[in-house]
Amino acid sequence: MTMTEDPTTPGYKWVGTRPIRPDGLDKVTGKARFGADLILPNMVEAAVLRSRHAHARILSIDTAAALEMPGVQAIITGDDFPPTDDMAPGDAHQAVKVMARDKVLFEGHPVAAVAATSRAEAQAAAKAIVVTYEQLPHVLTVDEAMADGAPILHDDLITANVDPAPETASNIASRAFFERGDLDEGFAAADAILERSYTTKPVHQGYIEPHAAVADSGQNGRANLWVSSQGHFDMRTMTAKVLGMSASKIKATPAEIGGGFGGKTTIYLEPLAVLLSRKANRPVRVVMDRDEVFMATGPTSGSSMKIKMGIKNDGTITACDLWMAFEAGAFPGSPVGAASMTALACYDVDNFRIEGFDVVVNKPKVAAYRAPGAPISAFAVESMIDELARAIDMDPIELRLANAAKEGVQAPYGPVFPRIGFIETLEAIRDSDHYRSPVPEGQGRGLASGFWFNIGGNSVATVNVHADGNVSVITGSPDIGGSRSSMALFAAEEFGIDVERVQPHIADTDTIGDTDVTGGSRVTLATGKVVVEACRKIVTDLCRRAAKTWDCEIEDVEWVQGHAQHVSGTESPLSLADLAANAGRTGGPISATHAENVRGAGAGFSTQLVDLAVDEETGQTSIVRYTTAQDAGKAIHPSYVEGQMQGGVVQGIGWALNEEYIHRADGTLDNPSFLDYRIPVASDLPMIDTIVVEVPNPNHPYGVRGVGEVGIVPPMAAIANAIDRATDCRMEHLPMSPVALLEAINERNAD
Amino acid sequence: MRNWYMDYLAPTSVEEAVGALAAQPDARVFAGATDLIPQIRAGRPEPGLLIDLKRIDRCTTVTKTDTGWVVGAATPTSRLTEDPDFSSTLPGLSEAAGLIGSDQIQNRSSLGGNLCNASPAADSVPAMLVNEVRAVVAGGNGTRTLPVGDITTGPGKTSLADDEFIVEFEIDAPPPNTGDAYLRMIPRTEMDIAVVGAGAQITLDADGNCAAARIALGAVAPTALRVADAEAALVGNPINDDTLAAVAAAASAACNPIDDKRGTIAYRKQVAGVLAKRAVKLAADRAAGTNANGAH
Ligand SMILES: Cc1cc2nc3c(=O)[nH]c(=O)nc-3n(C[C@H](O)[C@H](O)[C@H](O)COP(=O)(O)OP(=O)(O)OC[C@H]3O[C@@H](n4cnc5c(N)ncnc54)[C@H](O)[C@@H]3O)c2cc1C
Repeated sequence: MTMTEDPTTPGYKWVGTRPIRPDGLDKVTGKARFGADLILPNMVEAAVLRSRHAHARILSIDTAAALEMPGVQAIITGDDFPPTDDMAPGDAHQAVKVMARDKVLFEGHPVAAVAATSRAEAQAAAKAIVVTYEQLPHVLTVDEAMADGAPILHDDLITANVDPAPETASNIASRAFFERGDLDEGFAAADAILERSYTTKPVHQGYIEPHAAVADSGQNGRANLWVSSQGHFDMRTMTAKVLGMSASKIKATPAEIGGGFGGKTTIYLEPLAVLLSRKANRPVRVVMDRDEVFMATGPTSGSSMKIKMGIKNDGTITACDLWMAFEAGAFPGSPVGAASMTALACYDVDNFRIEGFDVVVNKPKVAAYRAPGAPISAFAVESMIDELARAIDMDPIELRLANAAKEGVQAPYGPVFPRIGFIETLEAIRDSDHYRSPVPEGQGRGLASGFWFNIGGNSVATVNVHADGNVSVITGSPDIGGSRSSMALFAAEEFGIDVERVQPHIADTDTIGDTDVTGGSRVTLATGKVVVEACRKIVTDLCRRAAKTWDCEIEDVEWVQGHAQHVSGTESPLSLADLAANAGRTGGPISATHAENVRGAGAGFSTQLVDLAVDEETGQTSIVRYTTAQDAGKAIHPSYVEGQMQGGVVQGIGWALNEEYIHRADGTLDNPSFLDYRIPVASDLPMIDTIVVEVPNPNHPYGVRGVGEVGIVPPMAAIANAIDRATDCRMEHLPMSPVALLEAINERNAD
Repeated sequence: MRNWYMDYLAPTSVEEAVGALAAQPDARVFAGATDLIPQIRAGRPEPGLLIDLKRIDRCTTVTKTDTGWVVGAATPTSRLTEDPDFSSTLPGLSEAAGLIGSDQIQNRSSLGGNLCNASPAADSVPAMLVNEVRAVVAGGNGTRTLPVGDITTGPGKTSLADDEFIVEFEIDAPPPNTGDAYLRMIPRTEMDIAVVGAGAQITLDADGNCAAARIALGAVAPTALRVADAEAALVGNPINDDTLAAVAAAASAACNPIDDKRGTIAYRKQVAGVLAKRAVKLAADRAAGTNANGAH
């Protein structure tokens, strides 16, 4: 068999086109089923009783009165969970996160859950549970948490990766450290050196669909779980762990998902639903309200950072010393490690030291959020680089080009970069109409870049050719960004058939093999690869079947535009439908599976340019024009690539200007609603112009890199840089809200 | 023990509504419920009886009279923004109503609800104050008419008796050479609550000097307030940088704001001056016929 088309060369029929997504019609007509839409016979509803304290010891929980309330079917507390003593520390923290045991560690921490015949009854019963607390002092910021004598969240938390290991517990969970070269030499060689401090606030992913789970536990020790998540395999496994079950005893079925951005890669409600269902012996549904989402599910870290950087007049960055402390929330696990690894990854810097601390505070445990950690360290590094550019009077793109990472450069975290497209994103912006047009009067223009690793990982695809010649592509990757379209496009391209004939499907944990979460920008790359490989297995099989039909050697058959063809041209070609109709006589059903731990993810880079105007009397910033250039490797469905790029920018604009967790002094959250947690609204935004750069990833059959995350890395710094150029106010704290900016303008005017 | 659910009544006459209000102490009238329902969801006590005003004709009728308009207190505010006659005569009040929430909210939200919810940040209230709108209130003791400024007494508090509600608003058509305006500061461009709001109604004399001025602020004190000092700074004077600066200073000085998640005291005071000045300018331009639309 020979392939007449080499898929790594251009000339695709389907890849790169923009068909309507297969899930689109159901979504716009309201037919799509999201997490909270499932209704099972005899199902009951649950409510979660949550702590109102940021830090307190639970002295007692009295459920007697609540159990007598109308409609109540079951109540669970920490006592219903298996003990955590024998669990690995991470699992134990997860277990205590989903249901408090002896202490509550953040406002919103679950203390009990009730299942009742209606939600109103469950909520009423939850209110009737009497919990007595002994309030403990709390810490809300890394500075408070790291201070001498700070209240300690976990008595057994010893800082990891410090030599020698500390002897006493602290709120510092771990330290990340990367260094190269000689800092002193680097600073000595510099013509300009700047030192700055930056802070950022926790920000939430802000997905529109609140968390929801439905569980139906059977008497046989098995449970069915329906989840709205970025990875039902992980939901299943994590749930099983905290409940002391074997993972395969739970069958998890994915629902449509209304946004995740990393935040739906971990469990909250799922174990509660399974336990309640077991106790009530009825299916149980539990759905969060928006305030629960804000109080109890992961935002990303707030942070405190200090940076010192040196540069030569020719633009060479000579040294960088970066110190960071990230809030982990109530349990260890901030993305400070990734922030450390990515901070300087855009640049080839000879001398650096990067130190990061993972710090627990009395807030919800952070969860992944688009390129976790990278936007935070990039805010510091890219703000600093802009100041250096102004200090040596150099164009910010030229400065970045002078230091840009490229093939052969060793990344700060170790590996040597293969072919990457950072320079191409800088050039794309440099050559854009936006950059070449003058900055409009009264506005400021800012630029920043960003890096994200992207990942591969475990994926499985099963491809079935039906008797009518149409194709099903089955994977285990929940679709949060239009990936079903891309899977269908891959199959259409491989088979040479119309994309309409391909039906993508996301299967439950019993139906398809173990698949990692939809995260790390991995699905089009990794799940896409296994789809391609499964299709290729089938094409080989189809050629074999044609050879059998024609009684010839398989080498004499080639697959051309959806048909098996005899190289001699003597036989009339057999279409996919012909072969499918005859499958019974040529070896049975046509089906193939490919499973792989996909390696060779291609790093992603983004460079962004923003023009903005500041109302100097109110401190309000208006984003006027925005262009983002990103290396996609290859855009399989360009609309969804552009959508990912734009979405990352929009979330970054919110993070830059208005989004923040606002806590009262007592440790409770003051803004757990979309009214006062201000994500951008449509009228806040100009069209976000996209430039899709395509520097193919050599490790992927179609050259794909991930595109979902890196777009959120540059915006905060790009906007800070533009504000500086518009107002001469350098904003070092996020968000750069009107209140903060007016204060800075007043200070500037006073000087 | 009271029911765990709320009762609902949709009377068709003012008398029926007053009777129901008087009969049940924990009854509450509502119009669009765009404040009421979110507040209940957020844990505020549930009323035992919800009285829907939207079936009472008088409460949902907009009538043009010889002297101005009578607007039913439960009328969706979109009716005001979509009425070209109303909008061109009272652009400030119309624009204030048009700032409430979004199109969806404005198809429910009412002036009565915006006023009686008694949020210091209610957008229509400064605009009603500068137009000296009057509320017609019905209750067990009959009907009385009082200035809108006399209704709210503090955050969430009104001067209405338990058995009283607002039936309609009387709004005078502005005198000649008069313009009004309302501007607010929100961190976003819509779907937000005013951090500061400022309304102005300006009448110009034949020379283009200020003949009459009414200036009001929202979100900077327990209730929306008129700023007499700012008004005095204008009357008899031209509208120029100096008088506008005096307006700004008087407006900032009149503020008695709080520090909260939406803004600091210092911010509110400073921006109240800025918006008062801008609202006066816009209203004066409208009075002079040089600018018909200003607010976004
Ligand atoms: C998403 C959203 C955005 C919003 N944005 C804004 C905004 O930008 N600006 C703004 O000012 N507000 C805003 N609001 C608040 C609200 O929409 C307005 O205050 C609206 O005008 C309230 O009118 P309503 O008819 O819905 O009031 P309701 O909720 O029906 O009533 C509010 C209160 O007033 C009482 N009440 C109602 N009518 C009468 C009456 N005739 N007599 C006596 N008491 C009465 C009720 O008992 C209740 O206490 C927003 C609300 C939401 C949900």
